[in-house]
Amino acid sequence: MTEQALVVFDGVAKRYGSFVAVEDFNLEIRKGEFLAIMGSSGCGKTTTLRMLAGLEAPSEGEIRLAGKRINDLPTWQRDTPMVWQSLALFPFLTVRENVEFSLRMRGVEKAERLRRVDRWLERMQITEFADRNVAHLSGGQRQRVALARSLVTEPPILLLDEPLSALDAHLKVRMQTVLSNLQRELGITFVYVTHSQSEAFSMADRVVIMSRGRIEQIGNPQEIYRAPRTKFVAEFLGSSNIFAGKVSNVNGEAIRISTPAGDFDVAPNTAKPLSKGDKATFVVSGDRVHLSNQPPSDGYNGLQASVVGEEFVGATAIIHLEGAERIEIKAQKSHDELGDLNLAPGAKVWVSWRPEVTHILPGE
Amino acid sequence: MSDFNRSRLIDWALRLYILLAFAFIFAPIAASFVFSFNVDRFPSLPLGGFSTIWYEAVANDPLVWEGLRNTLIAGVIVSVLATAIGFGAAYTDFRYKFFGKTFYVALALLPPTIPVVILGLAMLAFLSNVNLSGAIYSVIIAHVVMCAPFAMAIVRLRLSQMDPSLEAAAWNLGASEWMAMRHVVVPFCRPAIFAALFITMAVSFDEFAVAWFVSGLNETLPVKVLGFLQGQVSPRINVIGTFVFLASMTLVILAQILLMKRGGASTKTAEPVGDGL
Repeated sequence: MTEQALVVFDGVAKRYGSFVAVEDFNLEIRKGEFLAIMGSSGCGKTTTLRMLAGLEAPSEGEIRLAGKRINDLPTWQRDTPMVWQSLALFPFLTVRENVEFSLRMRGVEKAERLRRVDRWLERMQITEFADRNVAHLSGGQRQRVALARSLVTEPPILLLDEPLSALDAHLKVRMQTVLSNLQRELGITFVYVTHSQSEAFSMADRVVIMSRGRIEQIGNPQEIYRAPRTKFVAEFLGSSNIFAGKVSNVNGEAIRISTPAGDFDVAPNTAKPLSKGDKATFVVSGDRVHLSNQPPSDGYNGLQASVVGEEFVGATAIIHLEGAERIEIKAQKSHDELGDLNLAPGAKVWVSWRPEVTHILPGE
Repeated sequence: MSDFNRSRLIDWALRLYILLAFAFIFAPIAASFVFSFNVDRFPSLPLGGFSTIWYEAVANDPLVWEGLRNTLIAGVIVSVLATAIGFGAAYTDFRYKFFGKTFYVALALLPPTIPVVILGLAMLAFLSNVNLSGAIYSVIIAHVVMCAPFAMAIVRLRLSQMDPSLEAAAWNLGASEWMAMRHVVVPFCRPAIFAALFITMAVSFDEFAVAWFVSGLNETLPVKVLGFLQGQVSPRINVIGTFVFLASMTLVILAQILLMKRGGASTKTAEPVGDGL
């Protein structure tokens, strides 16, 4: 355990009968970092968060908070407040009473309670609604009440379980800024569970990607985006083209991989030394491939593919293509770059990319 | 709905239907109310003249007062006990998963479906076996059994509107299970708890058959009324009927208002409680 670790998951597992929700979970969460746990529904991310909050007991392993084992500590004795997906505000209490709740439960005396509640109402800019019933607030205001209610005890860590999922897109982006700023100003640890890549990548210092109860990859957003570890991560991020095959030639720096879609030169990855005959999977992200009517010049990998469709995404377009053996290829290009290329469904185009932009998945 | 899509015939037919339904239900009660102020001994038309002599007669009858006292004591105690038990049963159903839960819920809601005569006989047989029959507490025990399911149904309805994370959120914010119960679950259910208190009191207040079997000499008011009817025809019955009707209606209406008003604040309006089962 390092000096900076606030929370340590040490070989944690959670099983319900024969169903494994979380398995072999090892993670150190640092003091003051914004950590996002991301994955599709049922991957175990919420279970992990609930174990940290004390709402579920781990079946195996140990969870330590600030160096102390907390496996058997009931949630009301931990200071690990959570912002719920439904927010779970108390509907029969006013905004002020909601924010005051945890101080009241912890027996903080009245004058102190008032002072702290006032400070947080102010900080979250909800003072003017203080005496209103929470049912009469807008989504964004309710969000702020939930944050104030959790933060009023000034905990070392805040847990967030998809708190923005109920908001519309515009408000979501605004609340992301609120959350990032808040985390920076407070300097406390945020653990943020989400299935949304944009939320995780825009706010988090580090991202944990989970699948089927296991950690697939931990890293900062740039690392994960440019260097996914496994096929799952690459697919989950959705912007990469994935090629699986066998190493047919290793020549110093250059590795040649034979795939059903063709033979390609790939940049080596120190995390995964390869020799001839090994299985290998590499990715090329969709914004790094070129489309053209002409076969590529030397030094490029190329393949011919037919257009399946075009997806308009504002400033860019995603072109869906199909190569040999029905391999799916995506290219994300600006409208300028596409020029007058014929992209009618069924049209043939050349897809090319430089070996340097490829990435071998070390976990495959 | 815009008006031009509606058939006037259907509108009027529905209005008439409601009117007839209410007339059917309330005409006898209204008649009893009117005749309670009639000076004549026998209920016949034309009315003999306005008088409160029957009210005076009732007010001066110690037997009526005794019946009323028994009814009130039983009603208050029954409502508190039945609501407490009903709340516990509803909360158990809300919070826990266990083997045989469906059976447990069905069993808990069963008593009102048993014919009252059967229930009364069974109660009498059971209570006299354990030497608890013929007293005011016999009525209380029997009525608690009858009323608890109503309370459970009302509280259950309210709990079903509660966000399941609400209680966990309270724990997470530093409340122990007992504190969460006191500061979150009970306040959330408060309108339903009051509604259950009023409804169960009304049910106990009105109930005749089971009370007749088990009350012995400690007759409640409805049982007294039967005694009057058997002995003589007297407009005093109209007086008592009017009183009992007004008392129960007040309780039921209070319960309805509570359920409608607070239910809307959080999620949706509670269903009318009369068909809670």
